[in-house]
Amino acid sequence: MITLTHYLVLSAILFSIGVVGVLIRRNAIVIFMCIELMLNAVNLSFVAFAHYLHSMEGQMFVFFSMTVAAAEATVGLAIIIAIFRNKETVNVDDMNIMKW
Amino acid sequence: MEPYLFYVMAATSVVAALYLIFEKNPVFCALYLVFSFINIAVLYVLLEAQFIAAVQVIVYTGAIMVLFLFVIMLLMVDVKKKQKDDLPFQRIPAMVMGFVLLVVMGLAIKSKLFQGREGEYTSAKVESIGHTQLIGKLLFTDYLLPFEMTSILLFVAVIGAIILAKRKV
Amino acid sequence: MDKELFVFLIIASVKIFIVFNVVQVMVIAMIWFERKIMAHMQVRLGPMRVGFHGLLQPIADGIKLLFKEDIIPAKAEKILFVLAPVMTLVPALCTFAVIPFGEAINIFGYHIDMVITDINVGILYILAVSSMGIYGIVMAGWSSNNKYSLLGGIRSSAQMISYELTIGLSLIGVIMMTGSLSMVDIVNAQSKMWNLVLQPLGFIIYAISAIAEVNRCPFDIPEAETELVAGYHTEYSSMKFSMFFMAEYANMITVSAIAVTFFFGGWHGPYLPGVVWFMLKLSFCLFGFIWLRSTFPRLRYDQLMHFGWKILLPLSLFNILITGLIMVVRGL
Repeated sequence: MITLTHYLVLSAILFSIGVVGVLIRRNAIVIFMCIELMLNAVNLSFVAFAHYLHSMEGQMFVFFSMTVAAAEATVGLAIIIAIFRNKETVNVDDMNIMKW
Repeated sequence: MEPYLFYVMAATSVVAALYLIFEKNPVFCALYLVFSFINIAVLYVLLEAQFIAAVQVIVYTGAIMVLFLFVIMLLMVDVKKKQKDDLPFQRIPAMVMGFVLLVVMGLAIKSKLFQGREGEYTSAKVESIGHTQLIGKLLFTDYLLPFEMTSILLFVAVIGAIILAKRKV
Repeated sequence: MDKELFVFLIIASVKIFIVFNVVQVMVIAMIWFERKIMAHMQVRLGPMRVGFHGLLQPIADGIKLLFKEDIIPAKAEKILFVLAPVMTLVPALCTFAVIPFGEAINIFGYHIDMVITDINVGILYILAVSSMGIYGIVMAGWSSNNKYSLLGGIRSSAQMISYELTIGLSLIGVIMMTGSLSMVDIVNAQSKMWNLVLQPLGFIIYAISAIAEVNRCPFDIPEAETELVAGYHTEYSSMKFSMFFMAEYANMITVSAIAVTFFFGGWHGPYLPGVVWFMLKLSFCLFGFIWLRSTFPRLRYDQLMHFGWKILLPLSLFNILITGLIMVVRGL
């Protein structure tokens, strides 16, 4: 029998993988993908809670978080394109002119 | 049947996520992420959230990830060129911290910290109203304000993306 | 209980087998019809040598493609290159799972619906699965390591994303009137009157964006041979090429089947059995594709994008608005 705990553990694992990905990768687009993975992990726990607590709130939140993810992806990718035009790179280590 | 499906989907999504963070080529990264998303969509179906599952596939894999692939293909013609890494020593601590985070979250799950109030929408009730109908009804009654706000958010995002990506302002 | 499950599995397998094979045969027939009809429209004869009036031509083509040398370019990304045709063909065939093609019948006391599965988010399933078809094309374009392929892949992905939006929005009018996402409910709601009468604007928008979605003329920019050689499948040969070819035709059949289900009343019709009506309507839609191809010149890429985003998208939103207004006024 699959319980809520199973889904929460899976969600936690996916979220941690996303966090590690953000920390170890240098490519801005891949970092962005890891953020999407983290969002998805949270969505999964939302839906799992909604199912096991017999409530619709979780699913509504997933709906909104997907909208936010879509908005975030468009703006984020536009920023990446703008940076690439100026610096010819998407490596986050090269975007360092604001560090002091 | 259902437990096996859960374990298979969970395992494949985790493996795909691991490939995502260790794969060098961003195109493959995107494809692994797509694979992971589809597995999560199957889990949504198992959780009786068919509408969310369909939206997951349409929005995430059908739109967002295609956009990612699009940008990768536009920007990185020579993806095979090795990306330089200024902070290689960050890798091991990052993985350790990620593991610590996982342990903390695991402890939180184990301590039964998350106890919610039981809602009114049991599986039978959702089935009788219809899952999509229920979401639609809630969206335009209880969640009308957030719904309108997301529409403004999307509008702002569209304008922002156009202004940022435009060649000459 | 076990016996019921067994019967269910048997019925489902038989239905899947029949639908899958009918689609394959239709793809082959479609290739022959396209060549013949286009030839006659251009005052030619078309294929005549193989069999009666070239009837066996598709089989000859198939055998030729099967025995051709299978070339994988040396600099190609091998795994994706091999995977891409499969990724294009499978979603195209998967969409048929929710399309109802006839009235329910009773055989040996078992009630059999003429649809593989009736899920309550049917149309969302179709949109989701067909949006996966983009990956095959993008992967084919990128993995070939060829600039024409890459350009074709990028173009078609942009085009498909843009027009998928209008496809979804143009169907919303019908969904609003039916109040259900299930394909079976949508067909049953049209037993008296076709949605074509009630949603003419929706149908026009759907028809245009469906043609763009399957990359057919006059929107076949991804494979514009005059500028891009052959688009995303330039480097493909043999069976892999034929899989792209089959996917294109299967996609045409899919969007036509959706059009029949949503606007032409599905399998409803007088005198003849439902399956026959469904096939007749489907053939009519497919003929429309061929007709358009031999009539219209190709649009330019920027014209296509302008048309999609600045004309079709506002029009489809307007259609939703009008539908909603009429529904409110009539108190539905």
